[in-house]
Amino acid sequence: MTAAEPLEQTSGKEAPLIAFENITKTYGQGASAFTALKGVNFQIDAGEFVAIMGPSGSGKSTVMNTLGCLDTPTSGHYYFQGVAVETLTHDQRAILRRHYLGFVFQGFNLLARTSAIENVELPLLYRGMKTAERREEARKALALVGLDGWENHAPSELSGGQQQRVAIARALVTHPKVLLADEPTGNLDTQRSKEIMELLTQLNQELGITVIMVTHESEMAAYASRLIHFVDGLVETDMPQSERAG
Amino acid sequence: MIWNAFLLAIREIRRNLMRSILTMLGIIIGVAAVVTMVTVGNGATAKIAKEISTLGSNLLMVRPGQHFGPGRGNSNAKAFTMDDVKAIKQDVSSIIAVAPTATASVTAVFGNNNWTTTVVGSDNDYFTTGNWTLSSGRFFSNAELKAGKTSCIIGQTIIKQLFPDLRSPESVVGQNIRLKTFSCHIIGVLDSKGQSMMGNDQDDTIVMPIKTVQRRLIGDQDVKMIRISVKPNIDTGVVNRAITLLLRDRRHLSDREKNDFSVLDTREITKALTGSTKVMTMLLGAVAAVSLIVGGIGIMNIMLVSVTERTREIGIRMAIGALEREVLLQFLVEAVVLSSLGGIIGIILAILASAGLSHVMSVPYILDFDMMGIAFAFSAMVGVVFGYFPARNAARLNPIDALRHE
Repeated sequence: MTAAEPLEQTSGKEAPLIAFENITKTYGQGASAFTALKGVNFQIDAGEFVAIMGPSGSGKSTVMNTLGCLDTPTSGHYYFQGVAVETLTHDQRAILRRHYLGFVFQGFNLLARTSAIENVELPLLYRGMKTAERREEARKALALVGLDGWENHAPSELSGGQQQRVAIARALVTHPKVLLADEPTGNLDTQRSKEIMELLTQLNQELGITVIMVTHESEMAAYASRLIHFVDGLVETDMPQSERAG
Repeated sequence: MIWNAFLLAIREIRRNLMRSILTMLGIIIGVAAVVTMVTVGNGATAKIAKEISTLGSNLLMVRPGQHFGPGRGNSNAKAFTMDDVKAIKQDVSSIIAVAPTATASVTAVFGNNNWTTTVVGSDNDYFTTGNWTLSSGRFFSNAELKAGKTSCIIGQTIIKQLFPDLRSPESVVGQNIRLKTFSCHIIGVLDSKGQSMMGNDQDDTIVMPIKTVQRRLIGDQDVKMIRISVKPNIDTGVVNRAITLLLRDRRHLSDREKNDFSVLDTREITKALTGSTKVMTMLLGAVAAVSLIVGGIGIMNIMLVSVTERTREIGIRMAIGALEREVLLQFLVEAVVLSSLGGIIGIILAILASAGLSHVMSVPYILDFDMMGIAFAFSAMVGVVFGYFPARNAARLNPIDALRHE
């Protein structure tokens, strides 16, 4: 796999978009070792909007980082479109992120002293897109999250909600299959949080992007169509939102 | 990919302008100091070498007595004769000119002006051995030399002292000046040579045929010193040995006896003097190199302090799909651009500063491109090592660890 030829969809339509098989993750070694995931199994299909909930220390962030190929599991198998991610190299995982995944973090993680549009076009720069085309795509993505006119503002000149919108635009600009959002509203007030959630819902329904979101607020989780609940490194409940409500 | 990395690096430098300037400052000062010191040092060396060359290049000076210089050594030592000079001319090969000299201190008078100076008696070879050229008039004719005529060729200082009101130096040719009891006909004027290494005025001189000086001013037939010019690219040591052997033979010295004359080789003096200024240049350069190293440490500090921010940034870049090598290439290009820019600015500053210093110290302005290359390479290396290696360590982390770096 090279930068030019992204991941092949090896197993056709039968393979789910994402499958976790008996994933474990242990941090540290010996007496101080801490097991964050103790054998996690679930599948996510394309087009879903999944909320991952759980108390702190339940392993939900670890699941998120593993899903995003930012971290590697200690054991178990993670299949992305049928491909075992643990068999990929460092660079192959980077290319998988580049082509299929978009990230939204709690702390936004924008580059400081860099304008909104430059932050957004960064992933395209790594794809080697030409300047004019890159600018146009970044502008479109910013418009999509409602930030037209703010292109040349640095993160420090933007509110928290605006910064998170820039981060979402950066995640969207590559047209990813999956948007991974780790507590996207964790640093925002209620009104901004609602706006961000409505934006994520809109992206899921109108563009068909699979959204996986970690949150500890049930108001936010309510926007999702499916809820996976973690306790102590294991999936406790996994059900569609309608059942939960009922 | 290189172009991309270059673009990212430039963007990064612009984004962290203050840090970039501070990083470059260390390199600028270090490079400028080293290059300036070495340039000025080389100029000083060249100046000394040039001053020595006015003494006459490839010149051997033979004198009676064991020591050269003040004190005159063994006063019992026999003077040379014109026969010795002839013998050297005939028997020693690879020589261009052999000039016998006899000198006397004399007061020269013209009108109401008088000036005490040194009269050198020699022949036309004297001008060859001393790199003297004429500004006007002519050298001695054979008839003048043979007959010991009272013709003289004078230096610029004599004109200043005896003809203070004169507008054009050429018009002294044909005038007569008085030395002791006789009057002397000026046939030529020497070009100015300025001060010698030892600080005496080389233009304060009158040259006459040796016969005239011996007969009229000294009163003996002695040759006090023989000046010998050796052909270029010939080892003066070999000629030196040939002359020593010849003179020992002519002066009937047995194998046990020491030389009762001495041979001074100007090339040896040149070597010794330029050697010492070269040592000085190296010392100055070494001191300046310390400032380059201090500059390097400054860069290291700034790079290491910013590594936390940069590690998070590397995490962000990798999360959005940058490859390890793309991140590294960006940091490498950034480091190279910064340190090269610093090196270039440093060299420009050094060129200007050493031009000024050379002018103030009145030494020749000689740029040493090797030194510039070394200083430049060193600064680039410092930038690359301290800019690149922290980045490499960060890029090898799991992206999530880089993102969480505190």
